Amino acid sequence: MKAERGVQLAFVLSTLSSIGLVIVYVRGGDPQLEGLLLGAALGGLGIGIAVWATRLMHSPEVTEDREILVSPAEDAAGPLEGEGEAVTRRSALVRMLIGAGGTLTAALAIPTLSLGPTPGSSLRQTKWTAGTRLVSAAGRALRPADIPFEAVITAFPEDEVGSADSQTVVLRLRSGLLQLEGRAATWTPEDCVAYSKICTHAGCPVGLYRSAAHELLCPCHQSTFDVLRGAVPVFGPAARALPQLPLGLDDEGYLVALGDFPEPVGPSFWNLERGDDE
Amino acid sequence: MIGWIDSRLGVDSWARKALRKVFPDHWSFLLGEIALFTFIVLVATGVFLTLFYRPDATPVVYEGPYAPLRGREVSAAYESVLRLSFEVRAGLVMRQIHHWAALVFVASIVVHAARVFFTGAFRRPREINWLVGVGLLVMALMMGFTGYSLPDDLLSGTGLRIGYSAIISIPFLGPYLAYLAFGGEFPSEGVISRLFVMHVMLFPAIIIGLISAHLAILVRQKHAQFAAAGRTERNVVGKRLWPSQVFKSTGLMLITAAVLAVMGGLVQINAIWEYGPFDATTVSSPAQPDWYMGWLEGAIRLWPPFEPSFFGITLPAMFIPSVLLPGIFFTLFALWPFVEARAIKDHEEHHLLDRPRDVPFRTAVGAGGLAFVTVLTLAGGNDVLALMFNVPVESVTWFLRVAIFVVPAAVAGVTYRIALELRDGDRRVFGRKKAIFLERGPSGGYDEKP
Repeated sequence: MKAERGVQLAFVLSTLSSIGLVIVYVRGGDPQLEGLLLGAALGGLGIGIAVWATRLMHSPEVTEDREILVSPAEDAAGPLEGEGEAVTRRSALVRMLIGAGGTLTAALAIPTLSLGPTPGSSLRQTKWTAGTRLVSAAGRALRPADIPFEAVITAFPEDEVGSADSQTVVLRLRSGLLQLEGRAATWTPEDCVAYSKICTHAGCPVGLYRSAAHELLCPCHQSTFDVLRGAVPVFGPAARALPQLPLGLDDEGYLVALGDFPEPVGPSFWNLERGDDE
Repeated sequence: MIGWIDSRLGVDSWARKALRKVFPDHWSFLLGEIALFTFIVLVATGVFLTLFYRPDATPVVYEGPYAPLRGREVSAAYESVLRLSFEVRAGLVMRQIHHWAALVFVASIVVHAARVFFTGAFRRPREINWLVGVGLLVMALMMGFTGYSLPDDLLSGTGLRIGYSAIISIPFLGPYLAYLAFGGEFPSEGVISRLFVMHVMLFPAIIIGLISAHLAILVRQKHAQFAAAGRTERNVVGKRLWPSQVFKSTGLMLITAAVLAVMGGLVQINAIWEYGPFDATTVSSPAQPDWYMGWLEGAIRLWPPFEPSFFGITLPAMFIPSVLLPGIFFTLFALWPFVEARAIKDHEEHHLLDRPRDVPFRTAVGAGGLAFVTVLTLAGGNDVLALMFNVPVESVTWFLRVAIFVVPAAVAGVTYRIALELRDGDRRVFGRKKAIFLERGPSGGYDEKP
C-alpha cells in the first residue's frame, strides 16, 4: 500500500511540475527553472512508473526455449528457382552483369570529386609576395621601431588582414641574440625576424611566447619552437621548423616581405618536399 | 479498434508474440537502453535546435543582447547560436540538454560495450550485433565531432583544424582528401553547411538504421543471461515484455530524460560566448575537446616529433597518432570476437554470460585497453594537469609518455592475477566451475539442490 502512495505522489509531483513549466515559459522563461521543472515532470512520471513496475506488478518469471538459429537443411539446400532455370547457369551473362554493375558504381562515385578542388600549388603558396608590407591585425604598416622588444606581433600581408595561411609572427630581438645561418641570417633587418604563425604539426596558431626562453609555444599540442635558431622545434610533436619569412625594409623604412615563405606553411603532407604538383 | 486494424493488417498475433518476449533481469542490461533513450532525447532536442540554427559562415555584425560581443563581426552560424541561447525562450535549456545528452550518449555506449565485452556477450551467435554496436560507437563519435563544430566558435574551430591536419597527413591521398572534405584549404567557407548536413541528416539516418538492426538482431537471437538455477544454454528465463518490462523501460527512459533535463537547466556547458567566434589566427589555451575525443587528442600530444622522409615522401607526424592508431584500435575492437574465438578455439554458441573472473585473459586485455585509453585521455589534458599540479607541461608529457607503456601493462597484469585468484578461489569452494545451491532441510541439515 505504501508503494502505491509513493507512485501517486510521484504522479502528482509530475503533473504539478508540468503545469509549473508552462507557467514559467509563459512568464518569460528561465533556463534553470525550465530544466528543474522539466526534470521533475519527467522524473516524477518515470519514478512512478518504475516503482509501479518493480513493487506493484507481480509478474512471474517464465522460461522460454531458444529456437535453433540455423535454418533447416531442406530450406538451405533447395534451389531458389524451383523448377525453373538456375540463374548461375548462364555464367557469361552473370560475369557481364557484375562487370557492368561495377562500372556503373564507379561512374556514380565520380561526382564525389566535385566536392573540392585539387590542391595544385595552393598548399605551397601564401599571399606574401616580394615587396608586400607587413601590417598589424588593425591594418597598420609596421616599422621595426613599432615592435616592442620581447613581444610578438601577428602580422599579415597588406590588404590581406586575417588571411589564414599568411598569418605571421614578427619579433624584434636584442642585437646579437639571433643565431641564424645562411640566407636566413640576412632576413633580419634591425634584428627583426618573422615566422609563419601556423604550427607545422596540426596547423594551430602558435599563439604563446615565452620571452625568457625566446620560445614560441603552440597551445594545441605544446610544440615549442626556438625563435633564436630559426624556430626549430625543441619540444612537442612538431618535427619541422616554422618557415621563416624573408624580411627586409622598403625605402620608407617599413618592414616588407622579400618573397613568399621558402617552404610550405602549416601541417605536413606527404609530398611537401617534392614540390612537383601540377 | 484493434479488430479494425487486425482485419486489415493481420498483426494481432504477431504483436501478442512480441509483447510476450522474455527479458532476463539484470541491472547491467539497462545500460544499452540508456544509450537508446539518450538518443531519443538527442533527436527531440536536436529537431528544436535545427529550427533556429543557420549553417552559414557569412560574416555578420552581432547586435544581440550579449554586450561583450556587440559590434563584433561573427559568422551567421555563431550569431544564430547566440540568438538561440539568449533570445529564444527555452532555447538555452534545449541546447544544454542536447550537449549533455551527447556526452551521456557516448558514455552509455562505452559502458554498455564494456559490459558486453567483459561478460563475453559478443560470442557466437552475437558477433554480428557486436559489429553493429562498434559501428554505432563510431557514428556516435562522428555525431559528436560534427555537432560541436557547428556553433563555429573558437574552440570547435580548433577541433576542425586538427581534423583537417589529420586528413591531410594521410600518405599520398591526404591533400586531395582534405580538399574534398573541406572544399578547399582550411578554413573554407563551405565546411559549416557540410557538417550540418552530415550531423542532421546523413549520420542520424545511419544511426537509426544501425539501431534498428541492433534491436532486430537482439529480438531474433533473444537475450543472453547470467548463469543461475534453471538457466541453461537452451532457454531464456525472465519476465515478459508486457507489462513489467515495458513499464520498467518507460520509467528508465523518463528518468534518463529527467536527469538530462536537470543537467541542461542547472549545469552550464559549452558557453560559446566565452570562447568567442572562430578566428583562424587565434586559439584559446588551455583548449580541451569533449571527453570522448580526449584520447585522440592525447595520442597526438604524446607522439614524439617523428616525421621521417623517404625519397622525398614525408610521413607527417600527425598520421600515426591521429589516423593509424584509432584505425588499428577500432579494427582490433571490432574484430575481437573473431580474434578470441580463434585464440581459444571456441566456436560454440554461448547464451550464458561469463563473469569477468571466469576468463582472466579477456578481462586483462579489456582492463589494459581501458587503461590505455584513460592514460591517453589524461594526456589530452596535459596542459590542464600541468596547471593543476603546478609543474611544467613538458614534465607531464614525459611522465605520460612513460605511463602509456607502463600503466596498461601493469593494469592488465594485476587484473589477470586478481581474476585468476577469484576464479580459483571459487573453484576451491565449490570444487567445480558451476555454482551449486544448498537447501536447508527441516532437520537442520543441508542438501544440494539440483
